[in-house]
Amino acid sequence: MDKLLELENLHVSFQTYGGEVKAVRGVSFTLEKGESLAIVGESGSGKSVTSKAVMRLLPNKIGSIKEGSIRFEGKDLAKATEREMEKIRGSEISMIFQDPMTSLNPTMTIGKQIMEGLRKHQNMNKSEAKERSINLLKLVGIPNPELRVDEYPHQFSGGMRQRVVIAIALACNPKVLIADEPTTALDVTIQAQILDLMRDLQDKTGTAIILITHDLGVVANLAQRVAVMYGGMIVETGTADEIFYKPKHPYTWGLLASMPKINSDSKELLAIPGTPPDLMNPPKGCPFAARCPHAMEVCIDHMPDATDVSSTHKAACWLLDERAPKVEPPEAAVVGGAR
Amino acid sequence: MLRYIAKRVFSMFLTLLIIATITFFLMKLLPGSPFNNQEKLTESQRFALNEKYGLNDPVPVQYINYLGKLAQGDLGYTFQYDGRTVNSMISNGIGPSATIGAEAILFGTLIGLILGIAAALKHNSVIDYGAMVVAVFGIAIPSFVFAGLLQYYVGVKLGWLPVAFWNGPEYHILPAFSLSVGVIATVARFMRTEMLEILGTDYILMARSKGISKNAVILKHCVRNSMIPIITILGPLSIGLITGTLVIENIFAIPGLGEQFVKSINLNDYPVIMGTTLFYSFLLITIILVVDILYGIIDPRIRVAGGKS
Repeated sequence: MDKLLELENLHVSFQTYGGEVKAVRGVSFTLEKGESLAIVGESGSGKSVTSKAVMRLLPNKIGSIKEGSIRFEGKDLAKATEREMEKIRGSEISMIFQDPMTSLNPTMTIGKQIMEGLRKHQNMNKSEAKERSINLLKLVGIPNPELRVDEYPHQFSGGMRQRVVIAIALACNPKVLIADEPTTALDVTIQAQILDLMRDLQDKTGTAIILITHDLGVVANLAQRVAVMYGGMIVETGTADEIFYKPKHPYTWGLLASMPKINSDSKELLAIPGTPPDLMNPPKGCPFAARCPHAMEVCIDHMPDATDVSSTHKAACWLLDERAPKVEPPEAAVVGGAR
Repeated sequence: MLRYIAKRVFSMFLTLLIIATITFFLMKLLPGSPFNNQEKLTESQRFALNEKYGLNDPVPVQYINYLGKLAQGDLGYTFQYDGRTVNSMISNGIGPSATIGAEAILFGTLIGLILGIAAALKHNSVIDYGAMVVAVFGIAIPSFVFAGLLQYYVGVKLGWLPVAFWNGPEYHILPAFSLSVGVIATVARFMRTEMLEILGTDYILMARSKGISKNAVILKHCVRNSMIPIITILGPLSIGLITGTLVIENIFAIPGLGEQFVKSINLNDYPVIMGTTLFYSFLLITIILVVDILYGIIDPRIRVAGGKS
């Protein structure tokens, strides 16, 4: 398959009053055409920052790419100029944000907000752009698009607004769609509808999706491949099946174990004890070592290399070293039994 | 929307009636009489004058008579000049007052917006701090202090602009500028705060993620939305300006409405006090109404709420 987007050893830092926060510390992954990749991790793991770095939408003065490359169709976006990025944003790579209540301009009709990108990238005139907007609204399942195109965001419900946001993101048929927690702010019933819509649209348009989420349920719904991020690094990556059924990294086990299960007798919701590492002074070794029940001495001082588990499955954990003791994932982390 | 405006206009007249009533009875409590040198007037002369202007009637009768005339748009005759109507005094005085008021608010809003936008875009830079220092001084120092300073330095020492009077465009600059300082400061501060808040919102990021250039995003998404609170404060600001003109017109010896208003209070010129008070009130209520309508135009969320109520 063709590599569409290739991140290599990406480092992103923020300058704050307290010092430099190393939010992303050497992230590498590839995205192929039409593929959907989920980046999973808890708050502060660097997943949103990674996606904003790809769009080059990091806050100007404080956030910067320190090292590494973001190759998009052979071009390094990390070194692209603002003008080059403007051509790529919205037309080649576009983005959906977490909260549809705040990601639409309240004083502009949704039609105008969809048309903005179309007029910029596809040189459409007003009536062409409007017609396309109406078609897009129809595509994302908004009833009466001819009327609703002239309405304002406050006249739409949360789920409908997220559909509008998706219509805006897909307006110019981008090759990559970055969805940053697209369902987090929505009701559970609406979440399922939005995920169905995204899957359906991916089938129709062939857009590759990077799905950023902390919700493994969402991942199971949409993603073919999964990258698990922790402390600014990718600690495990593999196909969705491999991550769910044969997880190798203790952090992934923790994530899976903390997912509520419908068939479980336990009334307790499992959590991973401890807090994420301080990225102002990141630990020398494995970032998860301080919270890991299986941590060994080597974990504190040395970051493990990514070990190949299969051709598609990699994990960065010392437990995979042949000298390490054999550790089985906890029972709670087993999804629907071994397959 | 039409129903909303009709409702507002009706309540506007109700407000005016209340203001007229309160002012009328308060005015009657003022000590003294409207006639100069009244010690020199004989009892019968004074009686004749009072009779001529209807001041011998009981106060409630005077009030009813006044309201009757007011309903026909007649504000009565001034006591200061023989046979001059208050209506003609207002229409003569409003020219200069409205001119400096309008100049001050236009100039002040424009400069304030530019300062506020520049400060927000160059957040935490020399430009930002500079603009905010200007804003703090502008709010802290009253307009008549600026007026005095400008008269002395620009008018007397440098001799660039006339110190006082009202004889042509160059006479507008100092009074209008003194008045606008407060407007500049207030607008700049509001604009900066609002711009900073909106620059951090998701929809700005969303607009940028569509590939719209930074300048276009700032202009189309950020500045427009940041102006919503500016329009709200334009109401109170205009009210402040009207009070400001009272003082500024005196300092610069401009024959405006404010000057006449102050004079009429000193002279117990009842019809002029009533006339100018009502005129100012009318102006203020109209400004507030216009601001509310403008607010609805720029912010669609309010438009709908207003239309339904």
